[in-house]
Amino acid sequence: MPPISVDWLSLTGQFLSLSLLSIGGAITVAPDMHRYLVTEHGWLSDAQFNSSIALSQAAPGPNVLFVALLGFQVGLNANAGLVPAYVSWAQALAGSLLTLFAILLPSSLLNHTITRWAHRNQHRRAVRAFKQGMAPIVVALILSTGWLLASAHDQPASDWPLWLVTAASAVLAWRTRLHLLWLIGAGALLGAMGWV
Amino acid sequence: MAVVQRELVERRRWLTQEQFIEDWAVAQLMPGPNVINLSMVIGERHFGWRGALSALAGMLLAPLVVVLLLAALYGSVAHHPTAQGALRGMGAVAAGLVIGTGLKLLGALRHNPMGALACAALGTVTAVAIAWLRWPMTTVLPAVGTVAVWWAWRGLPDTPSKP
Repeated sequence: MPPISVDWLSLTGQFLSLSLLSIGGAITVAPDMHRYLVTEHGWLSDAQFNSSIALSQAAPGPNVLFVALLGFQVGLNANAGLVPAYVSWAQALAGSLLTLFAILLPSSLLNHTITRWAHRNQHRRAVRAFKQGMAPIVVALILSTGWLLASAHDQPASDWPLWLVTAASAVLAWRTRLHLLWLIGAGALLGAMGWV
Repeated sequence: MAVVQRELVERRRWLTQEQFIEDWAVAQLMPGPNVINLSMVIGERHFGWRGALSALAGMLLAPLVVVLLLAALYGSVAHHPTAQGALRGMGAVAAGLVIGTGLKLLGALRHNPMGALACAALGTVTAVAIAWLRWPMTTVLPAVGTVAVWWAWRGLPDTPSKP
């Protein structure tokens, strides 16, 4: 495989502009990141892209961290074999900070400005109507996200234990105050033992 | 997201369920990661821009370190079935946690002035379009959102005049 040379400036620019399109979370622009990083430039392999997303879903913290993992992996791949290992790790660390910063900066600034305005004008009829009207839609979106995450396992014959785990953890999170980390840990254990 | 709801609403009581849904609505419609948007809004409301920045750092720093370590580790065991199994198991639980939070927030809709029927109709249309038909959010949200906000607007009294 020829060494991969990465154009970090173009990468940063791409993520800065995707930031403003990421309505509903960074995961909504993941298909476009795949097109850019894997298909168009070949800076990442398909398997590396997918495992970055899976790892960030499973790990604690906001899902947007998958973007940092993509930057991390691109940094590891860049000039791999040509530079010593410590340079690769330094590139990976810099890459993860760069992509995370680029995906967060524009959206955070916009969000900051708009919510301040809405909070100052919270008694206006339009602002109240917006909040009340959107409430049921927001709840439906949350439930849909859960459904989409669960339905990544689409072979009912072999995947039914995974669905059972999903249903059980939904009920436990809904009805009990059990610490969520226990649930995640139990899922990891069940998976590692090969039971689900 | 499940964790944020539990911490902010149930444990610390910094927000009520209704306030959480309202702020989440705004965070959801803005570009950018919802959880990050939400925590920056809450930080900003209480402590100004310093609060927003601390919330951002608090939400990102420790998880970033953890996830990078995990990625470095996973790179060396990626082909191992135990590691792949653990990842599958955690993914299934994560999906369940999101659904559980949604179920919990359903309760808060009882106090919505639009009434249960309108809420159920709007929620069902949204869920069917997104989760079943897999339509893009960028078309579903403006369409259903306009109807919903118009419906809520009709039912509200005019802006109270300021003294």
